[in-house]
Amino acid sequence: MKIIYDGSMDPKQAKALLGSLIPQLAAEDPDFIYLDADLMSCIGTLKWGKANPDRAIECGIAEANMIGVACGLAAAGFKPLAHTFGPFASRRVFDQVFLSGAYAKNDITVLGTDPGVTAALNGGTHMPFEDVALYRTIPTAIIFEPTDMVQLEDVLRQSKDLPGIKYIRVGRKDLPKVYEPGSHFTVGKAVTVREGKDCTIVAAGIMLHEALKAADELAKEGIEAEVIDPVTIKPLDKETVIASVKKTGCLVAAENHNKNGGLYDALLEVLAENCPAPAGQVAVEDEFGEVGPQKYLQERFGLTAAHIAEKAKKVMASRIL
Amino acid sequence: MDRKESAALKIKAAKIRIAALTAIHSIGSGHVGGSLSICDALAVLFGREMKTDPKNPKWPERDKLVTSKGHAGPAVYGALAVQGYFPYEMLTTLNRPGTHLPSHTDRNLTPGVDMTTGSLGQGTSVACGMALGDRLKGRDCRTFLIVGDGESDEGQVWEAFAFAAAKKLSNLVVLLDWNKKQLDGRVDEILPMGDFAAKLTAFGFDTQLINGNDVEALAAALEHTRGGGDKPYAIIMDNVKGAGVPEVEQTEMNHSIPVSDEQFARWTAQLKAEIAKWEEEA
Repeated sequence: MKIIYDGSMDPKQAKALLGSLIPQLAAEDPDFIYLDADLMSCIGTLKWGKANPDRAIECGIAEANMIGVACGLAAAGFKPLAHTFGPFASRRVFDQVFLSGAYAKNDITVLGTDPGVTAALNGGTHMPFEDVALYRTIPTAIIFEPTDMVQLEDVLRQSKDLPGIKYIRVGRKDLPKVYEPGSHFTVGKAVTVREGKDCTIVAAGIMLHEALKAADELAKEGIEAEVIDPVTIKPLDKETVIASVKKTGCLVAAENHNKNGGLYDALLEVLAENCPAPAGQVAVEDEFGEVGPQKYLQERFGLTAAHIAEKAKKVMASRIL
Repeated sequence: MDRKESAALKIKAAKIRIAALTAIHSIGSGHVGGSLSICDALAVLFGREMKTDPKNPKWPERDKLVTSKGHAGPAVYGALAVQGYFPYEMLTTLNRPGTHLPSHTDRNLTPGVDMTTGSLGQGTSVACGMALGDRLKGRDCRTFLIVGDGESDEGQVWEAFAFAAAKKLSNLVVLLDWNKKQLDGRVDEILPMGDFAAKLTAFGFDTQLINGNDVEALAAALEHTRGGGDKPYAIIMDNVKGAGVPEVEQTEMNHSIPVSDEQFARWTAQLKAEIAKWEEEA
């Protein structure tokens, strides 16, 4: 995997990528079918969707029904991708995803846009800090939180053909360039984006960028942080995490999510069972979201490079060497 | 319908009732009321209306049945056993450890069950997706959806009905089991749903209101649903909860009840006597 990260942002926004990739997948695969709950405009699929009502199923503002219809389409032989905003793609439809989807073995992909603080001006009602926790409890669920556009494209392409429930949480705006175009990612296989020997930082989604900035700052102080992109929060790549923590002796999890039930908890399970070590989180405390620009919200909830660097030093100081 | 066919369907309904009671009695108790109320519909669906092949239960072009009121599993299993989807003896494994016949229908466990249901309301949306999927795949088949009246408390049911009409799913037939009762009491006391036929019509369905415990009325209503067009079909079945077993019909709270050895013997003897009478008529 070639890393091309230099701190610059990808000029292509996720909305534009989704708006072109979803129609492309439909063109490439006759069994791919897309459903939305009155939010096609938000990911740039409306014009194509209106012209192709048999490939883009508009369900109206009825998310529970949308998930059920997606499950029925799966039973009929389709590969459905259902989109709505993150809170509605998780909290609101949890029982439908759980039962009509996972339990009944109807394989569907759910795309939940604007996770956590990326919901920004839509505010606390639209700001899921709990979606990963919910999906983690669903047997067979795979949870993706893409960290750049290359990964988003690859994940969206492969998820339609994977068994089980696939949940993709991603913002609609910009992400840094991290991976060489054409890179392929594997479920349950993390990527070590930056190698280091002093502290392991595992960061998903928008937090990978913050983690890499934190690593730059830590390097100025002579601290070599190892930064890992989990690719899938579930299943989590235990081997990569264990090998890294055995080397560094400590870990920081960075996630745009409540500290309860998400990536941090998943990592703590791995540490507790395999290689106990000091660990800390840069995540949302047990709080609700609120309205504001994303930059403000990252400060407000402590989701910045500075917070990661500070936490890294703290867990390093707790190491028993 | 001639007398012979009518009698044959009545016999099938009674056999399904006996089979459902056999399953429930084997474990001592279960969802008797809501299983018995749909046995006539199951008899006409499997005996006359639906295109099925018990030897090939996953045949893509088959008609599908979604029992969204999944707790009526014993009635569905009764119908499937009578149709030969699995050995009759399997009925007495209901709810036993490792069984293929769980209390609520499961498409991954039971041959002939087309969808997993149990969390009320959810089967309605999935049935819409199945009907839409079959249409998009160009399959000449239909989806039949059995919904409970108590189940219709769930908002998802109405989301699905709006969707079915919006997508003009004329290959979807909703059979609404209007048996007037739910777990805690009368539908009109728990959460009154008003006029189901008027509601479904307003939602954009081609709606019929019939006696759903009358096989001839069911057969005629189902024949009407073969018409295609641009509307989904609804049959509001004016049913009796516990239909076919007078003692259960007269039990006010009959959603989930025990079935003793003595009751089982008496009820099945009554049903067998009816079968003998119809066999003579036929």
